[in-house]
Amino acid sequence: MKTARKKRLILIGLMVTGVAAAVAFGLQAFNQNLMFFYSPSEVVAGDAPADTAFRVGGLVTNGSVARQSDGLTVQFDVTDNAEAITVQYTGILPDLFREGQGIVAHGKLRDDGMFVANEVLAKHDENYMAPEVAASLKQAHDTGVGKGMGTP
Amino acid sequence: MTPELGQFALVLALCLALVQAVFPLIGSINRTPSWMALAQPLAWGQFVFLSLSFAALTYAFLTDDFSVLYVAQHGNTQLPIVYKISAVWGAHEGSLLLWVLILSGWMVAVASLARNLPPEMLARVLAVMGMISIGFLSFLLFTSNPFERLFPIPMEGGELNPLLQDFGLAIHPPMLYMGYVGLSVAFSFAIAALIGGKMDTAWARWSRPWTLIAWVFLTIGITLGSWWAYYELGWGGWWFWDPVENASFMPWLVATALVHSLAVTEKRGAFKRWTVLLALMGFSLSLLGTFLVRSGVLTSVHAFATDPARGLFILMFLCLVIGGSLVLYAWRAPSITPGGGFNMLSRETFLLGNNLLLIITTAFVLLGTLAPLLYDAMGWGKISVGFPWFTAMFVMFMPLMVVIMGAGPMTRWKNQDPKALLRSLSLPFAISVAAGLLVAMPFGTGSWSAGLAVGLSIWLLTTLLYGARKRFQNRSGISLIKDIAGRGSRSWYAMWIAHIGIAVFIIGVTFVTQFDIEKDIRMSPGQTYEMEGYTFRFDGVKAQTGPNYRTQFGTVRVFQDDREIAVLNPEKRTYTVQTNPMTEAGIDAGFLRDIYVSLGEPLGGGDWALRLYYKPFVRWIWLGGLLISLGGLLAASDPRYRSKVLARLRKPAIQPTLAAENHS
Amino acid sequence: MPAFVRYLTPLILFLALAVLLYAGLSRDPRVVPSPLVGKPAPEFVLPELKDPQQQVALADFIGEVTVFNVWATWCSGCRAEHPLLMRLAEQGVRIYGLDYKDDRADALRWLQQFGDPYIANAFDESGRVGIDWGVYGTPETFIIDKQGVIRYKHIGPVTVEAINDTILPLIAELQGTPG
Repeated sequence: MKTARKKRLILIGLMVTGVAAAVAFGLQAFNQNLMFFYSPSEVVAGDAPADTAFRVGGLVTNGSVARQSDGLTVQFDVTDNAEAITVQYTGILPDLFREGQGIVAHGKLRDDGMFVANEVLAKHDENYMAPEVAASLKQAHDTGVGKGMGTP
Repeated sequence: MTPELGQFALVLALCLALVQAVFPLIGSINRTPSWMALAQPLAWGQFVFLSLSFAALTYAFLTDDFSVLYVAQHGNTQLPIVYKISAVWGAHEGSLLLWVLILSGWMVAVASLARNLPPEMLARVLAVMGMISIGFLSFLLFTSNPFERLFPIPMEGGELNPLLQDFGLAIHPPMLYMGYVGLSVAFSFAIAALIGGKMDTAWARWSRPWTLIAWVFLTIGITLGSWWAYYELGWGGWWFWDPVENASFMPWLVATALVHSLAVTEKRGAFKRWTVLLALMGFSLSLLGTFLVRSGVLTSVHAFATDPARGLFILMFLCLVIGGSLVLYAWRAPSITPGGGFNMLSRETFLLGNNLLLIITTAFVLLGTLAPLLYDAMGWGKISVGFPWFTAMFVMFMPLMVVIMGAGPMTRWKNQDPKALLRSLSLPFAISVAAGLLVAMPFGTGSWSAGLAVGLSIWLLTTLLYGARKRFQNRSGISLIKDIAGRGSRSWYAMWIAHIGIAVFIIGVTFVTQFDIEKDIRMSPGQTYEMEGYTFRFDGVKAQTGPNYRTQFGTVRVFQDDREIAVLNPEKRTYTVQTNPMTEAGIDAGFLRDIYVSLGEPLGGGDWALRLYYKPFVRWIWLGGLLISLGGLLAASDPRYRSKVLARLRKPAIQPTLAAENHS
Repeated sequence: MPAFVRYLTPLILFLALAVLLYAGLSRDPRVVPSPLVGKPAPEFVLPELKDPQQQVALADFIGEVTVFNVWATWCSGCRAEHPLLMRLAEQGVRIYGLDYKDDRADALRWLQQFGDPYIANAFDESGRVGIDWGVYGTPETFIIDKQGVIRYKHIGPVTVEAINDTILPLIAELQGTPG
């Protein structure tokens, strides 16, 4: 009886250790893989990290979309109606990408202030724009930065 | 008139649900047979009224009755008939109606197929399902009435989201709902058992086939969803770790744990409390998924039109159902007698390990899904959890799970001699390590991930083959067909097929992730491009018109060794009502690889941006899913779950030894 | 009793989760109240949609309770709410529109095809007026009282519930107050 009990304790002990190790590992990986979201104003203010990837969202400024000669590299400005940053992306843009529409880009900031995106998302929610985009616009509006400085 | 009839039928169904939730339950407690007997006809009544209501909405779509707001928003005269029907569940209100219809369908199935349950048990199960039905019917009637009228009547409707105008997606939600709602049966069985305070192997035996069927539907639903995303979203992905996908994946993980844990409870009488808890968790997570999808607290590519009032309603319902069931659990679980002791090395231990891994995985998926919400609520910033994290989770847990999956079925129940186990596992181990190394070497593929995947798959395959050999040695003389036809052995074959499905799935996932090639290029008409031994020739884009859309119809010819092997037609459609453009990919499907082409945008002068993909083994992902479902179906079809057998077993309390008779 | 406590763990975990979900629900970015509610509406003067020679200005709103609806032809949520606006207009509600970042020809075709519930439409091609009004998506709908103060803002397509429970009662109430 005693040995059976002991064995069971060992079993439980092993499982607890295993679970704890898994949780520790998972949470560590979790912290490394979080992607923070910044608005163009925050990026311009220098709040965004320089060396890690993050997401930036806002409206594509009207008339800012330009293609390079290879036809696949696109540059456009993303604005929260207060500040704007330039995004560069090579590849095919999503179906819902349009000037004046909200998008979210994922990538890194280059030294010259260009945001190099490896992914551009336009939300499939046809009724409304992505809440992150909405929040970044709202923030810029609330703080009253650059009233009237928005899209041309 | 029809819409009003539809709505009236909903109200009647709600009334019936109210009676069904109360009287059979009271009857079961103070042993009033007449009250208990109410449950079955009431379930049928609900089913009939909900079918009428559903038919009324379908009729409104078919006749383009735009005086109904929901039809005006999502129907359209130009819509092909198939999509007029699928439009019924294409948005929030209608999909909810489908949901309650399916719930009543499950009730009727339980009421008619489980006649041999003890009457108290049946009454309680149906009463609990009645309570769930009350929740969803009031949600439907009070916050999301699909029969809301609109005046003045518009001449033309809005349109079903073009993304949903696809056959794969027309049948994907019903499958998924069958799974979600099916888990309510396991949930109700668990609650009924907790109310009765009696939990024996018979309970597990009743609940197991229902759980299996729900799990099969969930598996099919998720597989279909993944396949749909692959060919319809136009960027070749098959899983996005999107909140909505996670919402379906979490119940699946828990249901998978439940299916295995029920097996232990049925055969050995062990893990009773754990099994009950899993049954509660499975349905709770499918409710949570509903909340996440429809309340708008999380953003997703699949977003339903959302409304905070709906969110609050579901949250309250969630608290009642989950909170209530967990209170009942805390109150009753301590009195459940533990049964079926086992040793440290036994099949039970392996199954426990598998359960733990599945639950930890679920917890991590939940964490990843809710983290953006948590960070936002705490004011820590706006975040999203990267795809790489979810992948890392899987790479961490999957190998361990597969190792257990291979060893478990080779292990005896209760107590296993370690030496014998090592002996039987050594050959499969050697073969799979060798195969894995071979693949991982530079002259193989040079990829350690691919090596690991092949090693794991071979491990599953060899242990399964070894198990099969042993099985036929032990019962020499019995033919395969006779064995499958007999009772009690199908679950073994089911396990066999489902685990092979996992092996196939792992190969598919790893190879397509490791070796797929993706190229975004600019092409002029007539231009060719070489990739992986295939030559792609772009033959230009023509404008065409479809029934309710205009399209840019591209042609890409694919050659291998100067022989034309496929003509692909990627398209970019613009639906006339909703002017969002839609990409339709051109796919040449194959057993070992897919070639996938999608159109980007016109670059002037007839040039287009094109995206070319080479996707090795991608079909294996869905093939694996199909095999897993097939396994589940086979297990559920075992004759030992049929009523006659159950009836014989009903009277005496079943001894664990009896239940374990036919297992090696 | 300790056994009971042990089995309460799942319940406690769930309750923590429920609190989080509730917090998430109340933080829905779509229902954040506009900081402009209760404040005088921002001034604007814009060309009219149908007749660019004419002008629409905030001054037009003063003296009557007005619904100001922000829409665009590229917005399918606007398409969804359009029949409801038609219904409101038929009930005599004064609706002005702000056609936001749109194409004039598309907008005119839209009104012809689906009906025109608006008394007049301000054509905000650049979206600047939209920014002043705190518009961060379409559709949005404002209710402005007789003095030109914003009383309510609805984000997203208006629904039957929003009309019956909030918009119509609020209009009736505001109309009762002296102008």
